[in-house]
Amino acid sequence: MGISGDIWVWIGAFLTFSIMSFLYKDNPFYKFAEHLFVGVSAAYWMCMGIWQTLVPNLIAKLHPPVVSEILPAASTKPAEYSYIIPLVLGIMFLMRLSPKGAWISRWALAFIVGTTAGSYLTRYLRSDFLGQIQYSIIPLISIEDGSFSFVGTISNIIIFLGVFCGLIYFFFSKEHKGTFGVASKVGIYILMITFGAGFGYTVMARISLLVGRMQFIFGDWLGIISR
Amino acid sequence: MRRQVPLAITFIVGWTLIIAVFIPHPPFGQLGENFTTYFDIIAVFAFILGGGNLIRVHGNKVYKKRQDWPYSIVTILGFVVVLIAGLFKIGNPDGLSGDLTQPGSLFQDLYTYIFAPLQATMFSLLAFFVASASYRAFRAKNKEATVLLVAAFIILLGRTPIGGYLTFWLPESLSFFHIPNLAYWIMTIPNLAGQRAILIGISLGVIAMSLRLILGIERSYLGGEGERS
Repeated sequence: MGISGDIWVWIGAFLTFSIMSFLYKDNPFYKFAEHLFVGVSAAYWMCMGIWQTLVPNLIAKLHPPVVSEILPAASTKPAEYSYIIPLVLGIMFLMRLSPKGAWISRWALAFIVGTTAGSYLTRYLRSDFLGQIQYSIIPLISIEDGSFSFVGTISNIIIFLGVFCGLIYFFFSKEHKGTFGVASKVGIYILMITFGAGFGYTVMARISLLVGRMQFIFGDWLGIISR
Repeated sequence: MRRQVPLAITFIVGWTLIIAVFIPHPPFGQLGENFTTYFDIIAVFAFILGGGNLIRVHGNKVYKKRQDWPYSIVTILGFVVVLIAGLFKIGNPDGLSGDLTQPGSLFQDLYTYIFAPLQATMFSLLAFFVASASYRAFRAKNKEATVLLVAAFIILLGRTPIGGYLTFWLPESLSFFHIPNLAYWIMTIPNLAGQRAILIGISLGVIAMSLRLILGIERSYLGGEGERS
């Protein structure tokens, strides 16, 4: 193994170092890479959206023959003219770029807000509200293989009381004093453990990304380590 | 007119989607599905709007030669090159009929060697900043901060080989305190309880906000009363 001769790998390595250089201080290399990232990511998601959503779900529905070479199966289906609605709303959305017609974009925005609100209301009610309550109403005494399980019992009690006390902490309509205050305090400790676990996981995720970049530099680019 | 129509659209679309869950039959079931697809389509127009706005902002910056304007040329060039490569599927072995992310296409190379390294390195930088920020923020000033710190430390140790090496000598009867086991227990029991409490709280907030939006009580997304645009 040796240093890579692929120009793309060299570009990747240069950009990796350019971003890393920010650890020293803000500099022209970082600014270059940062600005490139903004432009590239905007175009990337735009292309993905156009080819994966707009072409099969809008163009193929409105005028199937247009996509005969790209999506042969979709081109034989009859046109669905109801899809003029999202086309018109989409064009209205683009009017936001025009200073005088920007108010028209509110119609498209209203559709997006309505769809999000309508679907989230039932989805959150079912899975995150009722679902989580249902999973927290569990037997406090745990019996495993016919015998009492100490760890299982403690775990079940922590889950039940943890959820209960965590919710009490979020309840601000009553002053957190007395028994209510004690429960709220327990809730804080449970939430602190959750935040600690979340923090630990976030750091791990970032470090694994860093390891990936190091593998790219020392493996793909320099060829010092094998991947 | 400028406010009433959007409020009516939100009301009708929102209620249709709610009714479609309870009455999944014609016309509500089909309308609900259609609205979800329409949403995806309009979201793509939002991406296009974002691209257009990006060009406008950075084009203005270059035109007026504002501070750091040469970097705006980099943004515009990066945007245009990836856009052309993606829209015309340049270098795609199967031409326009091929998959956008097919290996060998210019778009996929741009993703693998420009977009992915930039994104991964940008996020990996956060490892350094999170470490330095946590050093300042998580000093065990009180009991709550200590609990947070200990939980984070156990999770970090438990998910790496060093966590196993540190407590491998513990007897079987104390295996619960073996750091990887302890990390697993924290993740599945107290963390789960906290997550559930947070999820229930969030869901109540989302439900309340959704109702406010559908009923037209919450109108901030329409802009200010006196705003013309």
